[in-house]
Amino acid sequence: MLTAGVDVGAKFAKVVILSEKKVLGRAKGLVGFDVLKAATNVFEVALKNAGLSRSDVEKVIATGMGREAVLHKPPINADEIVSVVIADAAGAFHVIPKVKTVIDVGAEEGRGVKVGEGGKVRDFVINERCAAGAGTFVEAMARALEVRLEDMGPLALKSTKAVPMNAQCCVFAESEVVTLIHSKVAKEDISRAIHDAMASRIGAMVLRVGVEKDIVLIGGVALNPGFLPPLEKELNTEIMVPEFPEYIGALGAALIATKAGE
Amino acid sequence: MTEQIKEHPTELLKCWDEAKNLRRKYYEDYLTAHEKGGLRWAGGAWSFSAIPAGLGEDVYCVTSEPYGATVAFFKDFATQCHDATEAAGFPRTLCAYMRNYWGSILLDKYVLADGTIVDGFPSPDFIWQDHICCSHGKWHQIDRWLEKKRGKEVPMYCVDVSVGYDLEPLEEYKVNYIVQQLNDGIDWLEEVTGRKYNDELLCEAVWNEIRSTSLWAEICALNQAVPAPLDEKSMYSLYVMGTLMKHRPECVAFYETLKAEAEDRVKRGISAVPYERFRVITDTQPPWGFLKIFREMEKYGVVSLGSLYSYGLIGMWEYTPDGVWIPKPLPPKKPQTREEALRAIVEWTLNRPEWAHFYKPELKTKMISSIVKQWKVDAVLLHYNRGCEGLSVHIAENRLGLIEMGIPVFAFEGNMGDEREFDYPGTLARLTAFFESMGLKKSKE
Repeated sequence: MLTAGVDVGAKFAKVVILSEKKVLGRAKGLVGFDVLKAATNVFEVALKNAGLSRSDVEKVIATGMGREAVLHKPPINADEIVSVVIADAAGAFHVIPKVKTVIDVGAEEGRGVKVGEGGKVRDFVINERCAAGAGTFVEAMARALEVRLEDMGPLALKSTKAVPMNAQCCVFAESEVVTLIHSKVAKEDISRAIHDAMASRIGAMVLRVGVEKDIVLIGGVALNPGFLPPLEKELNTEIMVPEFPEYIGALGAALIATKAGE
Repeated sequence: MTEQIKEHPTELLKCWDEAKNLRRKYYEDYLTAHEKGGLRWAGGAWSFSAIPAGLGEDVYCVTSEPYGATVAFFKDFATQCHDATEAAGFPRTLCAYMRNYWGSILLDKYVLADGTIVDGFPSPDFIWQDHICCSHGKWHQIDRWLEKKRGKEVPMYCVDVSVGYDLEPLEEYKVNYIVQQLNDGIDWLEEVTGRKYNDELLCEAVWNEIRSTSLWAEICALNQAVPAPLDEKSMYSLYVMGTLMKHRPECVAFYETLKAEAEDRVKRGISAVPYERFRVITDTQPPWGFLKIFREMEKYGVVSLGSLYSYGLIGMWEYTPDGVWIPKPLPPKKPQTREEALRAIVEWTLNRPEWAHFYKPELKTKMISSIVKQWKVDAVLLHYNRGCEGLSVHIAENRLGLIEMGIPVFAFEGNMGDEREFDYPGTLARLTAFFESMGLKKSKE
């Protein structure tokens, strides 16, 4: 059975095409104001990568904050929607069956999901209304530091000095970064401080549902090498990052579609 | 995801219009009290409202929390109230009901139950308040100050009720402490109004309050039936009578009618919502401007049955040591004298389960878990209510306690009276995720 999972996130849409739990194609692209159009473009690229057309795909499930935009809307015509926590758990369980805790950090949201038997959700927590623990935070701080987003992580890894920083609020944190710049603190130390603060916030949030091994970090921020070390330190444990961590939600949606069709 | 689930028969409540009319009349009576030669007083919904009733049958009150909630329901007016309060220098972290109430005075506008806004906030002739939390202790002090700035001197009497709460038999000294304050309060009422106090009216009002609050508990107990005859969204429009006029005969009569109707619904299997397959309870006040979230829950076959708040604020119960809720039986006889009436109402009021919110988080957790068991509840939705410090205190502890007992809990941030602090789409998305994690699918659009 051919299925697709469409994860329409705050910043990126991700699509995974599956055949009997084997990934045939995947693609991602930016989401703008026209969510359906952006998701459709990504969907078409994923189909092309898989060598398929829309009519080949029997069931499509959408997830992510923009999932309603593609539900029953051509050309994607998603058959159903599921919430991100359900998709995250299903996807993470598929790639790492021993997983007990999933930490998903995307552009706008950070989530902690406790995973039970068969990839079912036992409990979850999501950050409320503030970007200080999400990818957008790093992006805003990269602008303040005048470095490229993709350089933020590697820059942080070069740091030799921990600088304390409060990241309870994105706006205040930016002021703090500006102060550190004026205090001639090295950019790599500031970058590390930003990642440390973010890890502290995400770690505290995930502790609300409890942390059990194995722990898996997914979402776009998992691609940032500067984030994993402080998060591991914060939670005092090893954390795994699967291949293609930003696609795990879409993968989970596609797997749920496969299961529903069985 | 969608799926088909069993549909229960449902009917509109026959007493619904009566509830609307009672509430409309309540706010109008307060507004027009002076035209009828009557008196107006303001105070909290927890205040001993039966006591001023001894001043005569033409004495009308406005209870400040329900008024704040009414303002919150009409979001445009609430925003104006918040702006006015903040412009006057009060921080937005204060009690949201209180800010709605003060904002209404500052704007000199009064909102009626149907949302009609009339010019001129009707100043009370006196304030009859009690100290249940830090906000209530200050609420009407600021009210007086605002009235003074409008050229009106409003006398105020405040009863200290901070004697604690537990399940042990009530100690005599606690009762005496409050009875003495009420006795002094009656002298004060005579002095500031120039009226002679009528003990017969007091006894009647006390008995009405005891009856109406016992009746409300009996009504809530009927929601143990499956399917539930009443849903929480509708119950908000019904319990409110107890927060406005629990001492009045209209309240007793209305609750008798409602109880008979709810009993009939249980007998005939009439459900509050068409699809009931997952039963939840909430906690504390909801975000009043966003009650439509309950309708979204119904799409998943979820019915909210009530809460310790909506059952225990107005309802009076016996909570047995082994954790069983029983509507509190009436005392053996109606009070005949002032002393009997004051003792009866103090003993009755100090029994209110809602006190557990303030004093005993572990007891509150136990009480919620007993509701879960007795009302056959599947999950608890907890509101981190930024608008009410008093009732939000300990909620994180309650969450942990319930989870340790194996009860699924969904917690969300919001504000009962300030829509700027409630993220409707975000909360709905998280709530949906929670229902899906419970294995529920959307049953209808």
